[in-house]
Amino acid sequence: MSEPTIYELSSPGRIGFRYPEPDIPLTPLPDAFVRDSLPLPELSELDVTRHFTLLSKLNYSIDSGFYPLGSCTMKYNPRVNEEAARLSGFANLHPMQPIETVQGSLVLIYELQEYLKEISGFAGISMQPAAGAHGEFVGVSIIRAYHQSRGDDKRKKILIPDSAHGTNPATTSMSGFDVVNIPTDSRGNTNVEAVRAACDETIAGLMLTNPNTLGLFDEHVEEVVKLVHQAGGLVYGDGANLNALLGIVRPGDLGFDVMHYNLHKTFSTPHGGGGPGSGPVGVAKHLIDFLPGPIVTIIEEGTDEIPPLFGFMMPSRSIGRVKSFFGHFGMMVRAYTYISMHGPEGLRKISEFAVLNANYLLVHLKDKYKLPYDRTCMHEFVLEGHWDDADVHALDVAKRLMDYNFHPPTNYFPLIVKEALMIEPTETESKQTLDTFIEAMIKIADEAHASPELLKSAPHNTPIGRLDEVKAARDLVLCCWRPED
Amino acid sequence: MFIPHTDQEREDMLHAVGVKRIEDLFEAIPPKHRFPKLNLPPAMTEMEIMAQLQDLANANESTRDLACFLGAGAYNHYIPAAVDNLLRRGEFFTAYTPYQPEVSQGTLQAIFEYQSLICNLTGMDAANASHYDGATAAAEAGILAYHHFRGKRNKFVLSPAVHPHYRATLRTYFSGYKNIQIVGDENNNSQVSTSDISALVDSNTAMVLVQYPDFFGRIIDYSKLAEAVHTAGALLVVSVNPIALGLLKPPSTFGADIVVGEGQPLGIPLSYGGPYLGIFATKIDYIRKIAGRLVGESIDGNGKRGYVLTLTAREQHIKREKATSNICTNQGLMALASTIYMSLLGKNGMKKVAELCYHKAHYAAEKINAIPGFSVKYNTTPFFHEFVVKTPRPVQDINMHLLDHHILGGLNLGDYYQDLADHMLIAVTEMNSKEDIDMFCDVLAEVDHE
Repeated sequence: MSEPTIYELSSPGRIGFRYPEPDIPLTPLPDAFVRDSLPLPELSELDVTRHFTLLSKLNYSIDSGFYPLGSCTMKYNPRVNEEAARLSGFANLHPMQPIETVQGSLVLIYELQEYLKEISGFAGISMQPAAGAHGEFVGVSIIRAYHQSRGDDKRKKILIPDSAHGTNPATTSMSGFDVVNIPTDSRGNTNVEAVRAACDETIAGLMLTNPNTLGLFDEHVEEVVKLVHQAGGLVYGDGANLNALLGIVRPGDLGFDVMHYNLHKTFSTPHGGGGPGSGPVGVAKHLIDFLPGPIVTIIEEGTDEIPPLFGFMMPSRSIGRVKSFFGHFGMMVRAYTYISMHGPEGLRKISEFAVLNANYLLVHLKDKYKLPYDRTCMHEFVLEGHWDDADVHALDVAKRLMDYNFHPPTNYFPLIVKEALMIEPTETESKQTLDTFIEAMIKIADEAHASPELLKSAPHNTPIGRLDEVKAARDLVLCCWRPED
Repeated sequence: MFIPHTDQEREDMLHAVGVKRIEDLFEAIPPKHRFPKLNLPPAMTEMEIMAQLQDLANANESTRDLACFLGAGAYNHYIPAAVDNLLRRGEFFTAYTPYQPEVSQGTLQAIFEYQSLICNLTGMDAANASHYDGATAAAEAGILAYHHFRGKRNKFVLSPAVHPHYRATLRTYFSGYKNIQIVGDENNNSQVSTSDISALVDSNTAMVLVQYPDFFGRIIDYSKLAEAVHTAGALLVVSVNPIALGLLKPPSTFGADIVVGEGQPLGIPLSYGGPYLGIFATKIDYIRKIAGRLVGESIDGNGKRGYVLTLTAREQHIKREKATSNICTNQGLMALASTIYMSLLGKNGMKKVAELCYHKAHYAAEKINAIPGFSVKYNTTPFFHEFVVKTPRPVQDINMHLLDHHILGGLNLGDYYQDLADHMLIAVTEMNSKEDIDMFCDVLAEVDHE
């Protein structure tokens, strides 16, 4: 039996939450404005509690097991973060309060801004973007504003490696630029000759994920950055893979002009079943004036007796506002907590162990799975989930992993690897967990040859089997109940 | 703490990988820039950081310390205990986007139920799994309208009574588009009627954006405007406060094509401005142009009902540069919070909370209007739980005076509208007791009129 929906559980007249009776005289509301019916379910508090508890049990999560979803950095989400964000002085703060009443939050945001700038080597930062893709949009808008400010309106193109996440080209076109695809070379790096050939006075910039989605650090990164700069373009860093670089190298030092961070990947804020994220954008000195705002700053220096007064500023040539208020403050509290608990050595250790864990898996799996680029990887790597002598696909490997109680890796991405399986273990997984995963992956590779049906009919132990996606798109049932039904 | 490796395990793993030291794994990094020294404070323990955070939180004066009469797009509502309790289940908050439906039915069914609740609340046919907030949802509605007309209609009409942040965000979103005209609110003048807006609509108009209740709290019937918009072939986008829809006619009744809104009032903490929830719902006609995730019902091989992400060909990970939006991560957990909230309140509670807001706001408005020097503007237009008050002195001064009495006053509208200097936007919710409201009025009455 499937879990019934809240509408199926509903019983007319049932009450789940009671409000106090009004303590003031009532004011009649004109009938013309009042709705005829309110088609919402009627449930008790236990109905609701049980329903969502049962639903939660149908989910795989980091808390229940290993979740090596490549490029998503599914690391452990420390519980202290959750307590911190729920402190009443943070959780019950209204965004439009006078700054004098929110100095604690402004100090926290200001310090987090300083930490993030230091970690990646940037001169300025805006905390406003809500997620990675939102940060990309901000970054590319800044690139456009920079060129426009110089009266340089010929620049229409943005170079994007073919290994890039889909958000990069989508961002580029929604920001009014044309995409120039750059191939990947035989070692998994950006093809330098292709970059050189594309670099002319019409390029606005390059979007580079480094390490890239193959999990490889670009060996030509400095040369590529230099070529783009020489052509007058700017370099955008997609910070999706920053978990490999904390204390290892700072993108700002490598010449990146602008980059987004993913607080929900690198800095342990929970992924929430699809969000919220948080995608602050850092920039080099020449781009500070273009950042979206408002940005937290010191508006009155302190003295020996009085602390400084924190407030907001709007950069002089800002691309504008990209959402309401100041960004995902709740996520900032969590990231601030996480960074504070690690310090400089602890941050470096995160990346070191993320990379060690990935290489440990890689070494044990590369004999059983095709490895398109055989190099030391960073925090993740990509295998091919198919064999010439077995009739199975990456999808089948992914589904079979569920039977072994693992979340599958990212599959069919990056697009440049056939039947890709992109594996990111993160630093919070123990050797025992990795060994169990290796064992399962090796068994599956053997099963692929000996009994491929096992893979093709997988998963077998999940709450539900493979779903008919064609039916879902054809019938388009997007709501469980409508009044006219 | 969070990294489990013992020294022995580390050594065993390094050995397996075939390197001596962990540093050897980083040879691809340019040596000059490898292992920078980060100038950050030393690591703290959980006990130490919690003490520091508690100090920072205590340095704020929150809506638990102050009687809150501030709204303007973020509202102080009671959140039933069960909401956060369920939200804290690790099975929900430590999962990610449900790409693998077999192990994500919890998230998928919850999104499906969220879509259903939003559709029933707004009267629309389809809702996506969320945008970042009300502002970005409004901007994405603009982008949808632009692509709906294949870029051939380039005029966007914004009512000045739409939240200023939403209008600013929409402008930023369109900054890369060529020849876009965004009109209606250019003068920062609040005095624009629906007929003024109608007059701006022509055959080049892609969409008209209005708010319901509007930024000033007013309940406006947009039926006539909708007719004019549709006669011109354009789309009507309505930004809503979902709590108001517990009482008010849904925007479908006056012809909205797209409904967007800030979902924060639905059980999401104020949290100094985020994370919130961008509501986005449309008529079925636009389903293939909607951005973001959509969950649909289907069956597995045994005919068992289940849920799956659907129409994914619209999205960036498939369409890449041909996608009309780059959204990937959305506000999943906030959508879940609102789903639990709406399930718990249900038909009865959603109406009750809206009624309490309405009645308390009207009680407050009437009392304030009776204070010498203060007057409620637009007092012939019905309003929901927010209203504009003309003040005898600058709003900022009044707010400082209120703060001395532990009251968080309303928004200074003069910061946003050139014709509304000395006007305050006041919000009242079920959280404001009669005692609070009476005290608020008493303190206002003390304000020196000179």
